[in-house]
Amino acid sequence: MSAPITGRRARRARRPRAVWLGWLFAAPAIVMYATFVLRPLLLTVQYSFYDWNGIGASTWVGLDNYGRLITDSELFATILHAFELIVFFSGIPVLLGLFVAATIRSIAASRLATVARTLLFLPQVIPLVAAGIMWSWLLSSTGLANELLSAVGLDSITRAWLGDFDTALPAVGVIGAWVLVGLCTLLLLAGMSKIDPALYEAARLDGAGPVREFRSITLPSLRQEIGVCVTVTVIAALASFDIVYISTQGGPGNSTMVPGLEIYYLAFSEREVGMASALAVALVLLVLAVVLPIQRLTRDGSR
Amino acid sequence: MAHGPTRRPLLAALTLAALAATAACSAPGGSSEPAGAATSAPAVSAATCGTAPVTLKGYFETGFPLPKNLADEFTKQFPNVKWDIREDQFAVITQNAPRVLADDPPDLMRLPQVSELVKDGLLKNLDGYAQSTGWDKWPASQLEQMRVGASGQRGDGPLYAMGLNFSMTGLFYNKKLATQIGMTQPPATLADLDAALQKAKDAGITPIDQFNGGATGGLAFPLQNLMTAYGDPAPINDWIFQKPGATIDTPSNLQAVQHLEKWIKAGYFADDINSQDYATMMSRFIGGKALFMFNGDWESGNLDKQMAGNAGFLLMPPAQAGGKQAAMSAPLTYGISSKAKNADCAAFFLNWVATNQQARDIAVKVGGSHPMGPADAYMPPVQEGTVTAATLAAGATIGKDNGAMDFIANATGAIYAKSWTPQLQKLAAGQQTPDALLKSVQKDYETQVEN
Repeated sequence: MSAPITGRRARRARRPRAVWLGWLFAAPAIVMYATFVLRPLLLTVQYSFYDWNGIGASTWVGLDNYGRLITDSELFATILHAFELIVFFSGIPVLLGLFVAATIRSIAASRLATVARTLLFLPQVIPLVAAGIMWSWLLSSTGLANELLSAVGLDSITRAWLGDFDTALPAVGVIGAWVLVGLCTLLLLAGMSKIDPALYEAARLDGAGPVREFRSITLPSLRQEIGVCVTVTVIAALASFDIVYISTQGGPGNSTMVPGLEIYYLAFSEREVGMASALAVALVLLVLAVVLPIQRLTRDGSR
Repeated sequence: MAHGPTRRPLLAALTLAALAATAACSAPGGSSEPAGAATSAPAVSAATCGTAPVTLKGYFETGFPLPKNLADEFTKQFPNVKWDIREDQFAVITQNAPRVLADDPPDLMRLPQVSELVKDGLLKNLDGYAQSTGWDKWPASQLEQMRVGASGQRGDGPLYAMGLNFSMTGLFYNKKLATQIGMTQPPATLADLDAALQKAKDAGITPIDQFNGGATGGLAFPLQNLMTAYGDPAPINDWIFQKPGATIDTPSNLQAVQHLEKWIKAGYFADDINSQDYATMMSRFIGGKALFMFNGDWESGNLDKQMAGNAGFLLMPPAQAGGKQAAMSAPLTYGISSKAKNADCAAFFLNWVATNQQARDIAVKVGGSHPMGPADAYMPPVQEGTVTAATLAAGATIGKDNGAMDFIANATGAIYAKSWTPQLQKLAAGQQTPDALLKSVQKDYETQVEN
């Protein structure tokens, strides 16, 4: 009788200490997280209810800033631009990534696959600012893009891609797609490598061609990886700042203005910290509203 | 961890709520009463660096060697003064100005438009120094852009900044290309200028090279010059200085925008103007790719070096021959933080820049612009035929015609990035009409001034 009791007591005595120790280990991270993530987040929510220039006295305005978000067509347009960028930042990289990863996998043994992988991942290690500057040269009126078009006889469509109202936003999108294709390809490739080869063998014995193989085995097995790719790239599109800031700064006109850049202009150039905070909060909610369903959709299958 | 997924959001929500409660207890920002600097005139204060070691903290604009050269020369003459200089691009300085002046007060800082900074009590009232050094006896027009009244309008009131020199804009031209199209003397009227532009276009030369890409609406340069050709500079200055009731939407300004639109439609600008930045404009002009460029005399020294003997300068010709001429002309504005540690020494430096012979030499040779100071002060000799000589001469004309005015982009802190730039880019792309452009800028201006 006595042995189990002492055993239980010993366990009980040890447990509180273990919990306490666990928190101790987590404490530095919690403090950092609270100071540099939670506190700014909450302050942003607080500022969004004020009319404040960042220095002087502030006035409580309640939900006025949020009201302006909906009524000001210029602010609303920035959100539409961000959704347009999803096509380029998310759609193209995921589709192209799937295609490229499947191709690389089929030539996995050759040296070409290694070269392709390295080349595709390169944009990830180049600073975005450098990439933006490089692309603004490529897309300028005398840049490589236009020279190539002229060389194949398409002089009529050459233009300053980043300086044209119709093409500036797609041109920014292309830069984003270029940056993100490598990331998606690598993620998907990693996902493919863990698919059991026996599945493919079985499919082939049943007479499936490469397309059928891809549709019935590769795609379903990659559900989670695709989910990660879509999540990361959609966030990159909605919260885009750096690529746009470097390549067009929102111009020409406001044709490439996105919420991230607008927040920056509102806070630092117009000095409307309250309005900037309100837009920032709205952007966070928007990202959550778009990303959470994606998470759910891509997670369900694996459970 | 069976309850993990259900418990975690609850815990997070509780933490958030607790933190929100602590954060929301007080309103952000400082007190509502204005800083003392703005309320009463300061006593006459001596501008001096003394003899004890001093380290002046400077925040300068990168890419312009003038302030750095002046600082070095100053240390040579006054070895007890050392410098701690930070440099940034003008756009960055504009965005940083309020926070830097409040949190990390520099003794001397390159400033954007000053009225909002004064409203927040961030700048030192320099009237005391003006009295002790005699700045208030200089030609009034040199200082008026840096005076801010109690209601926030510029033009009169206490002095809140000083210039290292004052610069002016107009048209630079390539002399070789000008000869090529038979332009033997500078156009005397707007019609002559139009004719020269057409001749250049016919000869396959880009008539005007101008930046207008990204967040930099460079078409504001030719536009304001055209405004001076059609109208009087005074109402434009009133608008920039935020005088009550001022408007940019006037009949003569409309003519100016219409003329600019005519130039755009005639193809006098490069077709990629909306993606061209300042650096591209400079390299194309220096490379001989364009006949004209609207720009300021801060490039004079640079152009004399890079295209020696080949650059010319003229003021915007008037609409009628012999008419008065005007130009955007503004001091290279530097201010002292209201919390600066070495304000007296910074003021002494500003006075030295305007009155010391070597400093004035540097202001002209390196800065390419006219030094500040009394009308009869020493003027450094300039070599005949250089573009620096031409811009200095043009400055004298502007002084005679009383045609100096501030840049239309300096009316409010946000008017350039949020109004002029997008509107001018739309005009360049044929997506905006001159009338709607002015109305739209005026509307933005009114909301910004209200704020």
